[in-house]
Amino acid sequence: MLEYALKGSQRYWSWLVFLLILIGIGVGCYIYQFNVGLKITGMSRDVSWGFYIAQFTYLVGVAASGVMVVLPYYLHNYKAFGRITILGEFLAIAAVLMCLLFIFVDLGNPVRILNVVMYPTPNSILFWDMIVLNGYLLLNILVGWNVLEAERKGEKYSTWVKVLAYISIPWAFSIHTVTAFLYAGLPGRHFWLTAIMAARFLASAFCSGPALLLLLCLIIRKLTRFDPGKEQIRTLAGIITYAFILNIFFFLLELFTAFYSQIPGHMHTFQYLFVGLDGYGRLAPWMWTSMGFALVALIILIVPQSRRNEQSLAVGCAAVVISTWIDKGMGLVVGGFIPNPFERVFEYWPTTPEILITIAVWATGFFVLTVLFKIAVSVKEELGV
Amino acid sequence: MDLNRREFLKTIGVVSLVGLGAKGFEILAPGALEAKETLGGKGKQWAMVIDMPKCIAKNQKEPCTECIKACHTIHNVPDFGDPKVEIKWIWKEKYENTFPGTHHEYTNEAVHGKDFIVLCNHCSNPPCVRVCPTKATWQRPDGIVMMDWHRCIGCRFCMAACPFGARSFNWGDPRLCPPERNPGFPTNMAYPTRSKGVVEKCTFCPELLAKGELPACVQACKKIKVDALIFGDLNDPESEVRAILREKYTLRRKPELGTAPKVFYVI
Repeated sequence: MLEYALKGSQRYWSWLVFLLILIGIGVGCYIYQFNVGLKITGMSRDVSWGFYIAQFTYLVGVAASGVMVVLPYYLHNYKAFGRITILGEFLAIAAVLMCLLFIFVDLGNPVRILNVVMYPTPNSILFWDMIVLNGYLLLNILVGWNVLEAERKGEKYSTWVKVLAYISIPWAFSIHTVTAFLYAGLPGRHFWLTAIMAARFLASAFCSGPALLLLLCLIIRKLTRFDPGKEQIRTLAGIITYAFILNIFFFLLELFTAFYSQIPGHMHTFQYLFVGLDGYGRLAPWMWTSMGFALVALIILIVPQSRRNEQSLAVGCAAVVISTWIDKGMGLVVGGFIPNPFERVFEYWPTTPEILITIAVWATGFFVLTVLFKIAVSVKEELGV
Repeated sequence: MDLNRREFLKTIGVVSLVGLGAKGFEILAPGALEAKETLGGKGKQWAMVIDMPKCIAKNQKEPCTECIKACHTIHNVPDFGDPKVEIKWIWKEKYENTFPGTHHEYTNEAVHGKDFIVLCNHCSNPPCVRVCPTKATWQRPDGIVMMDWHRCIGCRFCMAACPFGARSFNWGDPRLCPPERNPGFPTNMAYPTRSKGVVEKCTFCPELLAKGELPACVQACKKIKVDALIFGDLNDPESEVRAILREKYTLRRKPELGTAPKVFYVI
């Protein structure tokens, strides 16, 4: 089926070349980082994870969200999603790939990355994250590719593919739970040390991922002869609405515990993020932006008229994506380090090379996504579905 | 083999109890909360007491950084000249930052705003060791939390896990740090240098302990006759650290987190 990726319109090729240019710029910056060290980033001894790990955390959610189209189709036999499961799976592949790349560019000693495999350490959550992420990548490649291949030949996919599809459902939950455990089990980081972290991660994943998928569906409909379908988009919108409300609810639970208990350690990061702490508040405008978009998204998604109108729904989905990207990326990761273990505030802001490397990883993900979607859509167009 | 079913089950039962070991019996013991914290296993368990009144008295006469200088020289600790990416094995923090949450506006003047000496606590239950994905940081039988610079992949998970800010990362190349700040770097040819992108921290000087010497910081403090840093075996009732712990009231940083630090502060 790969041949489908080699035949495309002018627009298709220009888009790929554009992404390749972004990748090229990022690779140049990465070579610089590789030679000089991570000091070219904005990270410091106090905020030792930054923009890279923020993207990683966000994208694990996008990857996990593939299950929101896979689960209704395979477990509940919701036929309508048969049209778009392949898009969910291919989005998951691109997202996991970006996750792995973000971990890679964040390492101080990337050449030693295989030490994680050579000295397996089951007490480290990062070891398990490596296993679940790579496993999820493999599952989605196998299931997505084989189902699409079978569809092209007009056959039913084989039983082993279906078994793998079933396995991929709990596996999707596992990748985001394990990623939440990276944070939620660290003593002394009050902002992260919360039992609801995994649940909150899943809620934000199941709104932000499908929101991105829905936007991609609308783009596909506009650019190709394949229509992901009205019903499919409507169902996705319902899923996004519930998950986004849950996400906001979980966030409010955190606020209650912190501010009703009045325990300083639990309040500090929230204060830093929203109103500033000790006179530092660099992330505050971003967090309020996130809140603003959350409000817009809530209104559009809850009011039936605006949810059913695809134009306003697209705005709502974009608002969900932006709001969760800020909140779960920079807010969650950088916020966890502020204040530091000495209760002093040191701020973080990404540098230009750091941002360019980040853009390059996103471009790589979108390159893979474009190629995979091109193949899937070409198959669907050929079949005239 | 003539092992019948009954014998087999008996063996399995005994083996699993042994497997659970001391922990297994702890789980079974009622009312175990009172004496819950254990500071390490059998054999030597290295620990340090920092006698702050002595240290503060010395600093009031003239600012003193002897322990820091000695440590950072003998371990080739690089100086990048930027506090953001500073590498610190042993350093000074104000009392209110060392023990956050314990100070208030009427805190005793003897400690309020005073510099305290901080370093890796060599926790008995170290979270950094728990999270390391490559065993590049591990706990020795004598309780020292060690670092392997040749295995560390630089993921910095240990830095996120350490509640004491005791870990530093080589954000740049430690071999290229400005020479004017590090005349003759490496300052100690007998000690290994490291590459960029690895985490480092205080190690309680196992290379000196192996020769029967005290850690570099302790030696430096003894040399100037201040003796504010006291080092010894926690499992030896006759050791100097045990004597001080018996006689004086001591504090540890953030004991509520259950990491069981082995650095004690006389206030």
